[in-house]
Amino acid sequence: MKPLPIATLPLATLGIGLLAVWSLFVGVSDVSLAALFGGAPDQATQVLLVSRLPRTLALILAGAAMAVSGLLLQMLVRNRFVEPSTAGTAESAIFGMMMVSLLAPEMPVFGRMAVASLCALAGTGLFLAILRQVPLRSPLVVPLVGIMLGGVITAMTEFIAFRQDLIQSVRGWETGDFSAILLGRYELLWLSAALTGVAYLAADRFTVAGMGRDVATNLGIDHRKVMALGLVIVSMTTAAVIATCGMIPFLGLIVPNVVSLVRGDNMRGSLPWVALMGAGLVLACDIAGRLVIHPYEIPIGTMMGVIGSALFLYLLLRRNGHAG
Amino acid sequence: MIDVKNITKRYNGTVVVDGVSLSLPAGGVISLIGPNGAGKSTLLSIVSRLLPMTSGTVMVDGLDVTTTPGEVLARRLSILRQDNQIMSRLTVEDLVAFGRYPHSKGRLTEADRGHIAKALRYLDLEPLSGRFLDELSGGQRQRAFIAMVLCQDTEYILLDEPLNNLDVKHAVAMMKLFRRTADEFGKTIVLVLHDINFASCYSDRIVAMRDGRVVHQGPPEVIITPDVIRDVYGVEAQVMENAGQRIALYYQ
Repeated sequence: MKPLPIATLPLATLGIGLLAVWSLFVGVSDVSLAALFGGAPDQATQVLLVSRLPRTLALILAGAAMAVSGLLLQMLVRNRFVEPSTAGTAESAIFGMMMVSLLAPEMPVFGRMAVASLCALAGTGLFLAILRQVPLRSPLVVPLVGIMLGGVITAMTEFIAFRQDLIQSVRGWETGDFSAILLGRYELLWLSAALTGVAYLAADRFTVAGMGRDVATNLGIDHRKVMALGLVIVSMTTAAVIATCGMIPFLGLIVPNVVSLVRGDNMRGSLPWVALMGAGLVLACDIAGRLVIHPYEIPIGTMMGVIGSALFLYLLLRRNGHAG
Repeated sequence: MIDVKNITKRYNGTVVVDGVSLSLPAGGVISLIGPNGAGKSTLLSIVSRLLPMTSGTVMVDGLDVTTTPGEVLARRLSILRQDNQIMSRLTVEDLVAFGRYPHSKGRLTEADRGHIAKALRYLDLEPLSGRFLDELSGGQRQRAFIAMVLCQDTEYILLDEPLNNLDVKHAVAMMKLFRRTADEFGKTIVLVLHDINFASCYSDRIVAMRDGRVVHQGPPEVIITPDVIRDVYGVEAQVMENAGQRIALYYQ
């Protein structure tokens, strides 16, 4: 299979742009061109600027950032089946969020995210340390280890949350939902966009790191430094997304795998695609979630869970021959 | 010149390389031979800073490999290990282009592109350049890795069992290419080889190891003899001379 010509990237961008515009006009309150320029312009404009636009931007930023985080983790761990929610990263970030709510509930959102990032980093580090001790007979063992570690951390989180009456907040972080996004409540995601940009700048180094420590060393790259940079990006991105809209499952798994099949793993070429497709998939799931039981909403975490698990099964069966 | 002084490597008390001192002059093809577990690959990995040594020093052109920055060393010495399990879906051309990373840092110049095209041509990879690595056979992949290392264009090129997975035709072509790289471009090529007859026919110098030590070294006519082969491998061999090359027969 030959990589697709680069000319399709603008086309894909256009498609995502159309989805974004659609996302602006889906909802209970009447925001249509007619309303914006006719009937009750003030109210419609207000809804558009305060709710719809931030929501759409949040979807794009979070989708792109989580998909790229998945790609980064897959390169660093050198396993196709890891992403922040199968490596202990997301669960640790949620643990951090919960501990902040418990111990320092007045902390501003940036501080919360910082604590969650540190926890995510520690959790992912623990995951990597366990991997070094476990004999890896199959590529599938790696995500299983991550899922088990995540399970243990979630159990700790929920035990404490249950006793302290924080279960509802924890559920909020566990299930991605963009319905509460308003102007002033999503800006943290710009940070994850910036981190995605950093990942793009270091794309060559991550690609080389993905070829393993020996090849990286041969090419004069400090494997440990690249690894540390990648883990910091993944941890901060995951924490920012969880703090803003909650966990979006499967995204970091499916999108990089699909892009890898078509475009390969040279990150300089594939990262823009991963970001774009991540944003597109999240937009599509969110729009679908808003339309299926209109005027109510299905949270995106649930929508992604349904669509994502089906896609993931397909990928697993398709790749089975040469998985790894 | 690669100067190895008193290298010892221990894994949990087991000595794998035992006080090896070796000095390899620049230029030419040098083959490391010896039975399984003799410490050849470990020595090669230590020389190329992929593995830390327990004690001793390695100097490459006066640069200590443990303290010289990795990127400086990467322009002087390249290494290819034998088990390259790369799960990344890279095209052959992308992989070879990464051989230029130490020089270009990702911004390929015209000169870099020339090196890439040359490496693809020398290794007969032009028809495969757009294919992904996971769609290739083991031998094709091996050639792609070697193209990457040659593309790095370093003074010293260290290869651990480069003939792995190659058929007779490609193995011979590969050895000829090493010979040519050494003769025409003055490179130093250090190979770990299992086939002592390839070592005999293409090397300027052979270093034989056993039990973590260097037991013999010298030109092929000194090493490829029944006595040395018995001492190194513990097998009886006949050595025949054919057109100036020494061939050991040890199949019976």
